[in-house]
Amino acid sequence: MSKRRHSPMEWALIAIVVLYAAVLLVGPLFSILWGALSTGVGPFLREISTDNALNALKLTLLLGAGATVINTVFGVCIAWVLVRDNFRGRQFINGLVDLPFAVSPVIAGLMLILLFGRDGWFTWIADAMGIKIVFALPGMLVATTFVSLPFVVREVMPVLAQIGTEQENAAYTMGANSWQAFWHVTLPSIRWGLLYGISLTLARAIGEFGAVLVVSGGVSGLTETSTLFIFRSLDDRNYVGAYAMAMVLALISFTILMLMEFFKKRAGTRH
Amino acid sequence: MSVRLANPSEAETPANAPSVRPWGRWGVRYVAISYLAVMIVLPLSAIFHHGLRDGITLFWSEIASPIGYAALKLTLVTAVTTTLVNAVMGTLTAYVLVRYDFPARGFLNGLVDVPFAIPTLVTGVMLVVLYGPQGTLGAWLEGHGFQVIFATPGIVLALLLVTYPFVIRTVQPVLMEMRRDQEEAAYTLGASKLVTFYRIVLPAISPAIITGALLTFARAIGEFGSIVIVAGNIPGRTLTAPVYVFGQIESQNVRGASAMSALLLALSFTLMISVDWIQRKRKPTTAAEWEER
Repeated sequence: MSKRRHSPMEWALIAIVVLYAAVLLVGPLFSILWGALSTGVGPFLREISTDNALNALKLTLLLGAGATVINTVFGVCIAWVLVRDNFRGRQFINGLVDLPFAVSPVIAGLMLILLFGRDGWFTWIADAMGIKIVFALPGMLVATTFVSLPFVVREVMPVLAQIGTEQENAAYTMGANSWQAFWHVTLPSIRWGLLYGISLTLARAIGEFGAVLVVSGGVSGLTETSTLFIFRSLDDRNYVGAYAMAMVLALISFTILMLMEFFKKRAGTRH
Repeated sequence: MSVRLANPSEAETPANAPSVRPWGRWGVRYVAISYLAVMIVLPLSAIFHHGLRDGITLFWSEIASPIGYAALKLTLVTAVTTTLVNAVMGTLTAYVLVRYDFPARGFLNGLVDVPFAIPTLVTGVMLVVLYGPQGTLGAWLEGHGFQVIFATPGIVLALLLVTYPFVIRTVQPVLMEMRRDQEEAAYTLGASKLVTFYRIVLPAISPAIITGALLTFARAIGEFGSIVIVAGNIPGRTLTAPVYVFGQIESQNVRGASAMSALLLALSFTLMISVDWIQRKRKPTTAAEWEER
């Protein structure tokens, strides 16, 4: 970074960039504070502590945690296979991982309807097992898991490639089994990259709306997440409630973002 | 986003390891493959199957219905607009963040990731509060004949906000690791800043700009949460393709929903493959990559 003085032309470029960010990002961010709190702190607290709002928040955190745990376990597996294993079709598998990024959330929801809805491909299996998937919690969990699938894989892969196999092999030489080598050697070395991936997964899972909207059936108090609560509140013209919940979600996202920045720095060489 | 795979060398494995490893290795491999097959391949095939099973004629008739066609057109037009604006502004932002020193640079750099973290539905709510008819700014703009919310500008604004980080975050690392000696040589030879940027910097970062732009476009054609709030969803006017898909699901028209979905998916997948291809073809631009050759 050059500490020199900038020419007027350069200051003009800086001004354009800052102004663009201010109009696009800072303005809307402050507007939500204003929207939630302009009627006072009292109504804000009242709206956010209704049974429906609290249930929605609880469900959001539950689904977020569930999707994060599933994607962490399978994500590390997939990353390990893609970096350390060698077999035909590995490149194809690698390409598959990114697909959820390219799928609209609504389409992700539709996929579940086609598989488990009325006349779905696997409805008979779910029926035989007595589980309701679409318009119930399992479907919402699968939808959330799908949209947040790539993050852990994509953040763990480069770290795993970077640490190499020397230390793992040293562990094997000293008589460790695969599990011990993974738990005591590999996992500690990839932890910051993994935590960064986990925080991205959690942020994405908590904010999911489209996919969950399609598969939820929207029963308030039962299958209503925070984002669905906002959507319904807007429909019911309960603006204070919608803005209050939007602000709470924004605050949760900010907290996760701070964690992300911290983990990203610790993960080191990645940008 | 797409990652190039290196081949792990089998030779490094110590003699005692294979006796414990094969089982675990095969197990992990099949867990990973099965998970991706069940979570990604199977659901995606269901979309294409339902979209196309009644023949290509009915597939097209679903897409070409007046409302479906208008929705697709609106999605493409707004996505292209967004991509062009953010390709330019993203490149400029990345350049300014990497090359210039100014107050609040760190703050701005942190701000770039915010759209990745904030739920897109919340983004939509923010825009409605600020630009909606009940907001001060929105009322003022409307008084001057410029409607943002429930109109096309609102859709573009939402897309610009949601896709803000993509180009910046793909161009920034390339700029940071770029060797400066060619630029300095150009200055020494008397080239102006603009000419140097155009002839030296831009060619080096253009694959990154294109990658970021394609990711922006792929994200924009699928965006739902912010648009459903901001657009007003008037069929034929402000109804985008993903919101159209949602409408078709609500009205139980599975074939219509699947047909439009299959088309959108085919478009995004083509883009993802292009991104992958560009990154493979990319000329080395960083010092480390030059040394690798």
